[in-house]
Amino acid sequence: MRGPLAAGIGFKPQHIDDVLRCTSPGLWLEVHPENYLGGGPLPAMLDAVADRHPISLHGVSLSLASAAPPDTNHLRRLRRLVDRVKPVLVSEHLAWSSWAGAYLPDLLPFPRTHEALACVVENVQRSQDALGRALSLENPSHYLPIDGHDWSETDFLAELVRRTGCGLLLDVNNVYVSAHNLALDARAYLDAFPLRAVTEIHLAGHAVDDGLAGGLLVDSHDSPIADPVWELYRHVLAIAGARPTLIERDGHVPAFDELHAECQRAAALLSERRMAA
Amino acid sequence: MNGFAAFQRDFAAALFADTSSFAPVSHPAFAVYRNTVMRACLDALEANFPAVACLVGRDWFRSAAAIHVASSPPRDARLAMYGESFADFLAGFEPAGSLPYLADVARLDRLYMESLHAEDVPTLCADRLAALGPGALARTCVRPHPATRWFSSAMPSRTIWEASRRGEAVHADLSWQPEQALVLRTPQGVHVLSAGPLEIDLLEACAAGATLGEATLAAATTHPDARIDLTLSGLLRSGAFATP
Repeated sequence: MRGPLAAGIGFKPQHIDDVLRCTSPGLWLEVHPENYLGGGPLPAMLDAVADRHPISLHGVSLSLASAAPPDTNHLRRLRRLVDRVKPVLVSEHLAWSSWAGAYLPDLLPFPRTHEALACVVENVQRSQDALGRALSLENPSHYLPIDGHDWSETDFLAELVRRTGCGLLLDVNNVYVSAHNLALDARAYLDAFPLRAVTEIHLAGHAVDDGLAGGLLVDSHDSPIADPVWELYRHVLAIAGARPTLIERDGHVPAFDELHAECQRAAALLSERRMAA
Repeated sequence: MNGFAAFQRDFAAALFADTSSFAPVSHPAFAVYRNTVMRACLDALEANFPAVACLVGRDWFRSAAAIHVASSPPRDARLAMYGESFADFLAGFEPAGSLPYLADVARLDRLYMESLHAEDVPTLCADRLAALGPGALARTCVRPHPATRWFSSAMPSRTIWEASRRGEAVHADLSWQPEQALVLRTPQGVHVLSAGPLEIDLLEACAAGATLGEATLAAATTHPDARIDLTLSGLLRSGAFATP
């Protein structure tokens, strides 16, 4: 019997031996399902991880914030993986990444109009039906203002939760990066966030792009989590309570022990918050 | 087209265009999206075509690949599958003209990735075939495993590919002969093996639905001096076929 999810780490195949050996209570691992949708040694490795630890699938390509429906072939393959590894969490992004058959590997922004909300609701419902379970949607990073919003992001997400029954993935680094880039107040955003629907929290590092106006922050996932993001995380725990929290690192991936140390720091904050409750 | 779809259309077009009248492009931060999409596509091609990248060097590879990305962005979210037409692109890419084997090396890189990610099905157990009598054996059809690929080049592209995957230069005494290869997957990973024209003919016949009798007979006509029984038995035992 596994205990409650505490802090987790984004799984990298080069860490397989450490991951299989690791016995930290509450540890869980998250992967991008896109890398495990075929056969061969990679999904077999994921089976081995799933035998030892809870798994979360964090998709990057369903393109749910799109005028077009999600790719049914992709959904079918994703369902097969869900049935195979029995993930504890399945998540995606409030963003789009395909257009007219082309896959654009990024999480792209859109005007949060009434029309867009209707499309996202429809796409989330289709995906949840195809996967036979609820999805959690992640708040994106923003780099530039988009004109024509009818909804604030937090209200848009709350309405999406109300209409589809989906959960939310709160990426605290994305909140920090977006607030900086769009000159918004991160704490005000968090205070308006529909926290009751949050099933998972993400923490990651970002980079400063000095070449762009005002020192743009880029959600690069290639460095340790920055101190102000840890501070925001404490604030989230204070107002939302303890939630499963993932350490993401996709570039300059260090040895497992370094990620595990960040994971332990989050786990300590979670446990402190649970004690206080 | 509604407003949401038109926004996506214009945004997508602006990602690969040098100039665009789409309003968000005028913001300096639009470059983040352009850079992220291009970098992810180039990283994928570089990861999927390591022998090509080794032969031409990283900078040349990424400059050439960027031209390919802009005209043929990924069609599939599984980026390990990206590059289905990259070998054809290289074959027609004039600056690569001095490396006539480059497109074939790219084809072999591609076959390696296809094999690595092909679906899981059980491999044929050769002992089951051995239990059949000669007549029943000749009437049996076997199909190549989904992770099995085969490769023919008019040049020694397999040898060049092997050296490049190890990050080494080919020996100066390389014999300029046509080469074939068999790409197989085992639980340990993908293996690229030296093969001959006979193996390729047998695999192609089986893939086309021929019985083992028909495949052997056709091979005997093309390769009158070969030990077809030995070659076929080696193939059947190599794990190249799927269970019926």
